[in-house]
Amino acid sequence: MAFAAFATTEAQPQAPRRRSRIALFLLLPGIAYLILFFLAPLVSLLLTSLQQPNEFGDIGVYDYGFNWQNYVDVVSVYWEHIVRSFGYALVATVLALAFSYPLAYFIGVTARRWPLLQGLMLVLVIAPFFISFLLRTLAWKQILSDESFIITSLKALSLLAPDAHFTGTPFAVIFGLTYNFIPFMTLPLYTTLERLDLRYLEAGSDLYASPFTVFRKVTVPLSMPGIVAGTLLTFIPAAGDYINASRDFLGGPDTQMMGNVIEANFLVTLNYPAAAALSIILMAAILVIVGVYVKRSGTEDLL
Amino acid sequence: MSGEVQAGAVLGGLAEEQQLDGGPRRAGGRRGARPRRIGLGDWLLPAYAVIALVFLLIPIVYTFVFSFNDSIKSNISWRGFTFDKWLNVCNVEGGAVCEAFGNSIVIGLVSTLIATTLGTMIAIAIVRYRFRARSAISLLLFLPMATPEVVLGAGLAAQFLAVGVPKDMLTIILAHTMFCISFVVVTVKARVASLDPALEEAGRDLYGSPSQVFWRVTFPLLTPGILAAALLSFALSFDDFIITNFNSGSVSTFPKYVYISASRGIPAEANVIASAVFLFAIVLVIAAQVSRAARAKRLAKLG
Repeated sequence: MAFAAFATTEAQPQAPRRRSRIALFLLLPGIAYLILFFLAPLVSLLLTSLQQPNEFGDIGVYDYGFNWQNYVDVVSVYWEHIVRSFGYALVATVLALAFSYPLAYFIGVTARRWPLLQGLMLVLVIAPFFISFLLRTLAWKQILSDESFIITSLKALSLLAPDAHFTGTPFAVIFGLTYNFIPFMTLPLYTTLERLDLRYLEAGSDLYASPFTVFRKVTVPLSMPGIVAGTLLTFIPAAGDYINASRDFLGGPDTQMMGNVIEANFLVTLNYPAAAALSIILMAAILVIVGVYVKRSGTEDLL
Repeated sequence: MSGEVQAGAVLGGLAEEQQLDGGPRRAGGRRGARPRRIGLGDWLLPAYAVIALVFLLIPIVYTFVFSFNDSIKSNISWRGFTFDKWLNVCNVEGGAVCEAFGNSIVIGLVSTLIATTLGTMIAIAIVRYRFRARSAISLLLFLPMATPEVVLGAGLAAQFLAVGVPKDMLTIILAHTMFCISFVVVTVKARVASLDPALEEAGRDLYGSPSQVFWRVTFPLLTPGILAAALLSFALSFDDFIITNFNSGSVSTFPKYVYISASRGIPAEANVIASAVFLFAIVLVIAAQVSRAARAKRLAKLG
């Protein structure tokens, strides 16, 4: 997976042998591009987050400064959004893992004998990628709207209170995040499970371990790289997402996440420093979480 | 398209997997089949997999079905079957949908071309050459994939604002190229690493000039990897919404069109375009899978 791919270079058998000007020529344009359009923007985001309002009070005009107060302000105003972002992302990641693991296990292990079936099932897993992200989220909104068949029949069966809504609730947002990022979870899991050597599982059961113990002590540890890659690939975009939580999609006024307030501050109220400070907080928090998580799960070599 | 950046890693991993896939790795699984009692457990997992895959496809089917809806303005309730929307895609709202779609295609093609070129160069350099600051460069390539899109988008927008660049098609292309490069590197790198250096040596031994060796030996061998990377990067660009939204100014793209019309109802024509793109992509992928399975079978017969 992407995360694993970066680790393998150093140990490859055909290790880098030559040093030459060609390497510089090959690297320079791309690296320069990333410095210019990835690193420099992060720096300008940092500078923007420290700006102060223009003294003449024009809306959307700010002067460079060292206004730490911006961070204090956004945390005190938007702490609920910050907590919500990471909370929703965490729940969605756990749900996606629970949903994906059996599916990935079936595709990667049970279906091994039929490569064509395996391939076709993988196509079905990534199929949602081929339809617009926004349209598939809207499709869920309409499928689960108050007038929809599913919700009205649930209400008719009294499984749902007559005045209950689904869209606009935290459940809907978490549902949307889970659905939209399931393929990111399933594919890395599949990749590691597909390589799982079943002889280890046999050894476990030969040693009188129950199927559950074999799963917990053998299968799960062996699929750890997939679990780590999958949870990161789900958690990071879910924490920064603002489509699902947006009012026009699955969210409501009380489900706004960090992405929503960053967008609103940047593009609607033109409060650039606040948007930038929130972005920096989001980025820093994610880097810390990813770092700690990868260290704790003992898969440093993934990064 | 929020998490699509990270989705790229997934698709990239898939492409990578296709290239490295040989027969032997599966051997461990084949011999894993051992006599077992047929019980409830044997049906549980396949049944779950079927339900899970059906669940993943629900919004796709919904979007497709509603592209045939004889809707008037908003496409929410079913009013009857018609082919009109497919036949007159560009007639609604003065062709706004088609204009947005065309913009998305142009942006996708240009940023794919640039990102694939720069990314392939980096991938070759990383695998084949020795250079200083290797770990810093690996980090610089990894970070864009681990950064939430909203941060990438806001950062670039802050930079364009600071420099005073007006947002238009060009800024979208610059942004898309930036987030595609890393995915191209990951995808192509796997291919470069699996390339036998002896083939290039043979070319040199036969008095091929460095450029002849590159264009006649290296490049053709890398083509599958480069193609996979280009497809991936086009898909990422085509479906990106969050980064585009921050850097597009008044230019419309297909996802942006959907986002903006979400509040007032999306015309069925948007479903038509999304469904057509979906069908095109799925045919492409299934064809690739089938030919891959056929090739594996042929190789298995030979071995």
